[in-house]
Amino acid sequence: MIIGQIRDGIVLDHITAGRAMEIYHVLHLGELDCMVAMIQNTDSVKMGRKDIIKIGQVIDLDFAVLGYLDPGITVNVIRDGALVKREHLSLPAFLRGVIRCKNPRCITSTEQEIVHEFRLTDPAKRTYRCVYCDTVAGREP
Amino acid sequence: MKHLIDIMDLTVDELDAMIATALDIIGNPVKYSEACRGKKLATLFFEPSTRTRLSFEAAMYELGGNVLSVSSGASSSAAKGESVADTARVVSCYADIIAMRHPKEGAPVVAMRNASIPVINAGDGGHSHPTQTLADLLTIRREKGSFENLTVGLCGDLRFGRTVHSLLLAMSRYAGVRFVMISPEELSLPHYLISDVLEPNGIPYEEMRDLDAAMPQLDILYMTRVQRERFFNEADYIRLKDAYILTPEKLVSAKPDLCIMHPLPRVNEISVAVDDDPRACYFKQVLNGKYMRMALILKLLEVKV
Repeated sequence: MIIGQIRDGIVLDHITAGRAMEIYHVLHLGELDCMVAMIQNTDSVKMGRKDIIKIGQVIDLDFAVLGYLDPGITVNVIRDGALVKREHLSLPAFLRGVIRCKNPRCITSTEQEIVHEFRLTDPAKRTYRCVYCDTVAGREP
Repeated sequence: MKHLIDIMDLTVDELDAMIATALDIIGNPVKYSEACRGKKLATLFFEPSTRTRLSFEAAMYELGGNVLSVSSGASSSAAKGESVADTARVVSCYADIIAMRHPKEGAPVVAMRNASIPVINAGDGGHSHPTQTLADLLTIRREKGSFENLTVGLCGDLRFGRTVHSLLLAMSRYAGVRFVMISPEELSLPHYLISDVLEPNGIPYEEMRDLDAAMPQLDILYMTRVQRERFFNEADYIRLKDAYILTPEKLVSAKPDLCIMHPLPRVNEISVAVDDDPRACYFKQVLNGKYMRMALILKLLEVKV
């Protein structure tokens, strides 16, 4: 299977195997009118298996969302066929409007205009807590 | 501008300074009787409360200030659907400081972000109640003389009891403190307080089911009410509400200088026969709460006396 190099665009590398489809949906890549290629379960020296997404144009990415979903991802920006920027992601210290608090007693459950915000309280356990009610984020990253 | 949303917003030094102010108020009340003349406290209570609201209002009056009061959500514009953010902006035009109680957790954070005056969290659902902890800390300081080397028993509803969580966080910053958690399994302390607070800081703790067995080692016994409003299921409430009741018989094995505390209101978890025991400190906590709220208002309004 051969997927060619891109001239201008972004390569999301080192995606945890099996996570590419989720990232594809969260980043709304299906709404782009450029080429998007998704490679799943390809061999990786570092990871054993990994996923890769290639996007055929340079778009603004929400690094906080990506870092939360999969902090091991490497973002490569390609221009005129050359690598111009490589970004290694990490867990963001703060998430704004990315995930929602599931605590029915939280003020965010009744006042819809409040943006849901979480702060990273334990990087080792990847624990995020709601800044309003301290409830742990429901999703296990 | 400073606010009080969570007890951990205050450093140990700030707490010590506030306790010193409270002790000075106790010794010299006249010195503080005009300290807040011309200042207004807005007590916005969107959930029923007697003690806390009256305590804040008494505190402000004893500082020579005035009070604007909303005593229930039904009698405020919140009943018409006004947001917490808008309420905070509006009240900022009328008052100099806000004390807010709200049934929704995190509402005081929203108020703080939108008010142009200091905001005090006077209780947000089952989440946090920092001024109760201020009352608790002054009580411990006055009864024990120090916060260090104490064995603190926490009994009753440790899962939903917000005062227990705040007290544990505050006391965990002092040397030599150990905790004994006494509760039924269903109401045991949330695990994150053990994994995020006690264990990383090497604070000794023990979880027990039997109040009698725990009693002899305790310097402080902090009783809590099993609160009906924290349960989604009425049957669970009825099954667990009488799990731990303190009686004079249970106190036979207690230390002679035990300090018995309770955030009140009590239902039946402390027998009225205990009230005359000199070790009962729960009504002293009420008075201490007023003094600490006075010290807090002075601090947040940056009033020097």
